[in-house]
Amino acid sequence: MSSPVSWPAGVQEAAEVVSARPVGAYTHLVLRAPEAARRAQPGQFVACGTGDSGMLLRRSLSLHAADPEAGTLEVVVAAAGPGTRLLAAKRPGDVVSTTAPLGRPFPLPAPGTPAVVIGGGYGAAPLPWLARVLTTGGSRVVGIVGAASADRLLGTSAVDDATALDGIADAVVVTTDDGSLGAPGRVTDALPEVLLELSELGEPAVYACGPMPMLRSVHTTTREVLGERAQTWLAVEESMACGVGVCMTCVLPVVDLDDDDTPTRMLRACTAGPVFDGDALRWDAIGAAPHLRGGALVPDDAVGAPVVGRAGGH
Amino acid sequence: MSTPSAPATSATEEVAHAAVDLSTSIGSFHLPAPTMTASGCAAAGAELAPYLDLSALGAVVTKSVLREPRSGRATPRMAETPSGMLNSIGLQGPGIDAFLEHDLPVLAQAGARVVVSIAGGDPEEFGELAGRLAALGPDSPVGAIEVNISCPNVANRGLVFACDPGASRAVLEAVSGAVASAASASGHPALPVLAKLSPDVTDLVAVARACTDGGATGLTAINTTLGMVIDPVTLRPQLAGVTGGTSGPAIRPIAVRCIWQLTAAKRAGVLPDVPVVGAGGVASGADALQLIAVGACAVQVGTATFADPSAPARVARELEAELARRGVARLADVIGIAHEPGRGPR
Repeated sequence: MSSPVSWPAGVQEAAEVVSARPVGAYTHLVLRAPEAARRAQPGQFVACGTGDSGMLLRRSLSLHAADPEAGTLEVVVAAAGPGTRLLAAKRPGDVVSTTAPLGRPFPLPAPGTPAVVIGGGYGAAPLPWLARVLTTGGSRVVGIVGAASADRLLGTSAVDDATALDGIADAVVVTTDDGSLGAPGRVTDALPEVLLELSELGEPAVYACGPMPMLRSVHTTTREVLGERAQTWLAVEESMACGVGVCMTCVLPVVDLDDDDTPTRMLRACTAGPVFDGDALRWDAIGAAPHLRGGALVPDDAVGAPVVGRAGGH
Repeated sequence: MSTPSAPATSATEEVAHAAVDLSTSIGSFHLPAPTMTASGCAAAGAELAPYLDLSALGAVVTKSVLREPRSGRATPRMAETPSGMLNSIGLQGPGIDAFLEHDLPVLAQAGARVVVSIAGGDPEEFGELAGRLAALGPDSPVGAIEVNISCPNVANRGLVFACDPGASRAVLEAVSGAVASAASASGHPALPVLAKLSPDVTDLVAVARACTDGGATGLTAINTTLGMVIDPVTLRPQLAGVTGGTSGPAIRPIAVRCIWQLTAAKRAGVLPDVPVVGAGGVASGADALQLIAVGACAVQVGTATFADPSAPARVARELEAELARRGVARLADVIGIAHEPGRGPR
């Protein structure tokens, strides 16, 4: 069917689980979804049903890889709650209802642009695929993967060869908060040196996936080290009910950098993202209310922001 | 209405291969299929086009349109509950100008029939929106207006219109007045006006009666029911908007009860004989049939669309199979059948 929408539309498939294996604290699933596998690009995601669990909503997972010839999608599931626990417990032969590929992929830089790809925890899942595309385009690519502790790492051969950046990126830096593997500290502690090294080859492109505080820190660090140089492309992990643009739950305050008036709008992470230009996110409103646990406020200057005395409505 | 006889097995199989007449109507608005999207569950409608044929649905019901653009609420806007969810979006939308300029032409291009949901802070805003939609005339894809009275009344400390018969009536008077003016000016029939009822009331029939007294020519039942979830870590409300609308299969029994009450009131002559569009937790054809059996002439599929964007079309196919299996040739033959002991398929 033709699509009247301006973002990539997914396809619904009943995907058989081809393989399921533990990778550190996570589960690596290979799903047979031939239509989606033909179209998927790095940065996109798959919305997975949890079956007859009584949990209605899909779990959106970033794609680790897609193999058009095998007709498979790969994801790395972190069992964070009841829904993802069910997905992480899938075994070969089980069927997962999927809608994919969803969201806008990572924009690619001019051929030869040096790049750093950064992942926090299971957020590193799409990085090997992205790094492969970048190196094929002639980029020198440095990977930085980090986690709270060694068992939460992904993307390094110290945890698992098949999902690692090693051998794809030109160099890989590993950090853990507790120092249990790699350099003690955060990914952003390692970032300045990598940015300075890469910027000798040209203005680097910065790609990051992980929790919002890490993405904020990647953006801030990049600006501190390189000023206005280097574009940051950040893949967010907003919770979303549908993944296809109808529920309006996954919105973020985003500035329109192409408009001289730079208006801020609450944009859907599923259709406008999940990859955003770090300069376009309204960091002053994201995570601004600690009791909302990662939620974002509506900036007072946003288009259609609430007016005092005018009540809401669901 | 004819009474479907209890069919023999062979007859059932025969009928199962014949097409069931699923057409229905809401006043002058004829629908070739009985399922619609539900307001707030399909965005502008075009979002679902990659997953179903919009022109094959009974209608696309838009997210509520307001006079001005609105950003909606802070996030989190969603909390999952057993067999349901809460949402607290805050009526995010582009406003009527952008809706007419960008969203409606896309739906027209797709061949969709459209029910435009409207919302406002006072009766005047509702009337203005209805007037602009009614002025589009019969060449537009707009076949009906659904009035979202479950939004706060600015003049009454934010108490939602739908919880107050007088306020509901005032909104419907403004809407039906605007629709009637446009009709008399153009000579075309007036757009049907559906009042979308909230289940969060003590006397649903009294509110429904206030709406029909105000000029509603149909009713949609039900909107979400107000709920709340506490975050287990912070022990504070999980939704940024504190409370949210509960939807999904968890509230289906409430929808069935409400449609039953409205239909019983119509049969008792307490409520005018206006069409009732059912909504609430429909995820399958069998679910839809429950709402139809208690009196719904058409069914909206809402939250199920989040998990399955093809759900509004799938539910119609499943409903057809449910009716064919029972030897029912026409949807119209089972509307309200639950009120008629002794009538109906085996």
